Amino acid sequence: MSDIRANEMTGEAGFGDYVALLKPRVMSLVVFTALVGLLVAPVSVHPMVALASILFIALGAGASGALNMWWDADIDQVMRRTRSRPIPAGKVEPGEALGLGIALSGISVIMLGLAANWFSAAFLAFTIFFYAVIYSMWLKRSTPQNIVIGGAAGAFPPMIGWAVATGGIGIESVLMFALIFMWTPPHFWALALFMNDDYSRARIPMLTVTHGRAATRRHVLAYTVLLAPVALGAGFTSIGGPVYLAAALVLNALFLRGAVAIWRRDETVAEADGYAVEKRFFRFSLLYLFLHFGALLAEAGLRAFGVFGYAGW
Amino acid sequence: MTLSRDHELHKRRAGRNIGLALVLVAFIALVFGLTVAKVQRGGMIEAFDHTFRPGLAERAE
Repeated sequence: MSDIRANEMTGEAGFGDYVALLKPRVMSLVVFTALVGLLVAPVSVHPMVALASILFIALGAGASGALNMWWDADIDQVMRRTRSRPIPAGKVEPGEALGLGIALSGISVIMLGLAANWFSAAFLAFTIFFYAVIYSMWLKRSTPQNIVIGGAAGAFPPMIGWAVATGGIGIESVLMFALIFMWTPPHFWALALFMNDDYSRARIPMLTVTHGRAATRRHVLAYTVLLAPVALGAGFTSIGGPVYLAAALVLNALFLRGAVAIWRRDETVAEADGYAVEKRFFRFSLLYLFLHFGALLAEAGLRAFGVFGYAGW
Repeated sequence: MTLSRDHELHKRRAGRNIGLALVLVAFIALVFGLTVAKVQRGGMIEAFDHTFRPGLAERAE
């Protein structure tokens, strides 16, 4: 029996374990935001090229996820939230994750270059480097601002999607980047407020650990306030319109209300109701981002079909 | 202990192989579709191949 268990520990992982290394949930967000970035661009793309490009962007994101799991295997083992990932669970060897990450990084970048253009491919390569090296290897364990700067990696996909169509960067793609970039800190700090034990046990310098929960609550509010003009500003560019603006107004008002509620609470109150407000804010943050990009997509659809008779905003 | 053919280990290995096969088939289909799309769209797909081409010669002048 023991020799079989030994085999289980040395690379007899199932196919699903390798898929799990690519962080499929993160990939789904990347697919969605990159697709929106591609579809709202003023240049039309052949559907096959668009499909291939989105798949290769997702593959690149998966590759950086595998590299992140390889590097963070030690802290993943300590944290409750990540303990069941393939490496800490003993299903996949760290070296396999590294190999898979490097191989898929190369394949995704080269294939995106061949499918779309080399600018978007270089952008994807930079994003993988940023997430795996700048965020995972450097910032995550060294500064409480890890989430802020690391959030840039998750914010690049719509810019890459835009670059696939246009071959460059525009104010619209920068605003889509800024929307995710500014959204990331309140999203993750809300999570950190009710998952604090995990981060302190893994000795990750999350803001809640280094500066305390009161400071984290202030930061959540500050970033949410700064996020609102970015989100609304996108509505006045060529990708915006009345539908997006109406959605952004409502969503930002609700998000701000949640952030104010978090700011006004202290730990005693939060502990008493099991961090209900923080958890609700975290769940709403996912909807917030999804609906913003959904509204941008709706605007692109309305423009394409000439609904409301506007060809631009 | 001897391993029978249908041991859980073999099932997992077979699942991995089938998964990889499907991924490779999907990749081939994707590259094929991409090639068809690029060829249909036209563009410059003819390169110098050591024979005289009036089209290329005229451009050089």
